[in-house]
Amino acid sequence: MAARMLPSEKDPIQPSSSTTVSITVDGHVATGILGQSIAGIMMAGDRLGFRQTAKLDRPRGVFCGIGVCFDCLVEVNGLSDVRACQRKACDGDVVVTARDPQPRGGAA
Amino acid sequence: MSEVLVIGAGPAGLAAARAASDAGASVVLLDSSDALGGQFWRHLPETRPARNEKYLHHGWSTFRALGEALESSPTVTIIRSAQVWAIEVFDGVAVHAVIGEPDGARRERRVFRPDALVLATGAHDRTLPFPGWDLPGVYTGGAAQALAKGERLAVGERVVVAGAGPFLLPVAQSLTRAGSRVIGVLEANRAARLARGWSPRPWQLLGAAGKGLELAGYAAGHVRHRIPYRLGRAVIAAHGTDRVESVTVAKVDAQWAPIPGTEHTLKVDAVCVSHGFTPRIELAIAAGCELTPNRFVAVDGNQRTTTDGVYAAGEITGIGGVDLALAEGEIAGHFAAGFATESVSAPPTAAIRRRRAFTGFAHRIEAAHGIRSGWSDWLTDSTLICRCEEVDFGSMRAAAAATQSESFRSLKLGTRAGLGICQGRMCGRTSEELLCALNQNRELSDGAMSDRRPLASPLRIGELAHLSSQKTARKGTP
Repeated sequence: MAARMLPSEKDPIQPSSSTTVSITVDGHVATGILGQSIAGIMMAGDRLGFRQTAKLDRPRGVFCGIGVCFDCLVEVNGLSDVRACQRKACDGDVVVTARDPQPRGGAA
Repeated sequence: MSEVLVIGAGPAGLAAARAASDAGASVVLLDSSDALGGQFWRHLPETRPARNEKYLHHGWSTFRALGEALESSPTVTIIRSAQVWAIEVFDGVAVHAVIGEPDGARRERRVFRPDALVLATGAHDRTLPFPGWDLPGVYTGGAAQALAKGERLAVGERVVVAGAGPFLLPVAQSLTRAGSRVIGVLEANRAARLARGWSPRPWQLLGAAGKGLELAGYAAGHVRHRIPYRLGRAVIAAHGTDRVESVTVAKVDAQWAPIPGTEHTLKVDAVCVSHGFTPRIELAIAAGCELTPNRFVAVDGNQRTTTDGVYAAGEITGIGGVDLALAEGEIAGHFAAGFATESVSAPPTAAIRRRRAFTGFAHRIEAAHGIRSGWSDWLTDSTLICRCEEVDFGSMRAAAAATQSESFRSLKLGTRAGLGICQGRMCGRTSEELLCALNQNRELSDGAMSDRRPLASPLRIGELAHLSSQKTARKGTP
């Protein structure tokens, strides 16, 4: 497993006790800590590929982590093209990957 | 009361807001995130406060003091989760923002018409393309930082950090403090260039002792964790089927061209690569601000841009780090307030002194670590240059050769490079430089620039339609 959360009890910065938050990713329950991004919860659950690309059908996940690259787009509660690294997870969020393989937006 | 609008709540923006407020202006501070601090002071959310957060940060007490002063001030309004998507300049400036969940569908629209504007929009990582850089598990240094500091998530168990610049050190430190094993930090530049870039006129650095301590702290952490710091090496490829499993590392020459025969493979489950920073200047361009030859926002001694009433501070005026950003922000906020209130007060001499002490760092970072042209030798024809539109180097080369074009616009239209949803933020400058190199280093002729983005962030068509119907409805109301 690649990405993982640092357990609070081992963390030198001593985070306070945390509230959990549960979402589903493609129907599977994934649990994280309230205040985490959808991307962080997915990664901690060993889910690194968030979508397949339109042209070459390759997996993509988090790259820039700060909302600039738009590689981590997922569908959240029926709304497509949400940057998973920018959106904080809310209890019950329904996340679907690979549904919208053609990232189109923008005004370039 | 006259109003100063500050865009960006990182070090420069926080210092600007504080100074403008202290100088008697009413202040509105916008940030796209839901917390103050920007990328530099990225921290755990309010719902999960940490007792010893300062352990992860340089200047944490400065941040706390700025944040508390702004939050408790009756004349400062902080608006979080505010995405600025356009700036118009006419008789003054109009700043258009949507406020609400990132990429939401029905965000609140706000238009601000401040008396003066401070732009403190910061920078993002610049990562040069290499084969396999699109694989999940390949991150920018900024991503590793954001997840480690903002969520206490380590992006990998066995990680290589590579690229160029002093920023690689805090990335490695954040990773180890989040539980990763960093098996190496690879700096593309060699010792001779680092020495040449950092050492001339060392007495100029005396005033910047704090900066030296910051860097020394990272270096000490490296020794403690036995992280090898290797010079003249680069990650030239990442491998794996659906995620990164290994990387190829090679020695590179002084121009960053890989030296054949020096390649070796490292098993990793994550790799963090950053070759520098790209300033986020689209709002400054939209506001009509002139740029320097190196494509930062041009400012005078008062941090004033070439547009009346618009000031700029922090990384958009030159990559110089937190201390320079704080000094510039304070100066910008002070003079923006003076412009807004049409008053003259004593210049902030202490901040001006600090700015002078830290300005040298920007030049030294560029001299010691700036990108060298030989890197493109590690590209193959199938290496993606534009990640969004999946345009590879081979098709860019073919398009450039077939058209003999010196026009960045025609390369974009011919290949779709830079036309995707990130609006050329990831590949824009790289595509420009590659086209230039393919044209025997002739300057691009059309003046098109990847930093120009009339819409500063993508909006949903539905949201735009909703915005315009709101506008019409308001107009129609008597």
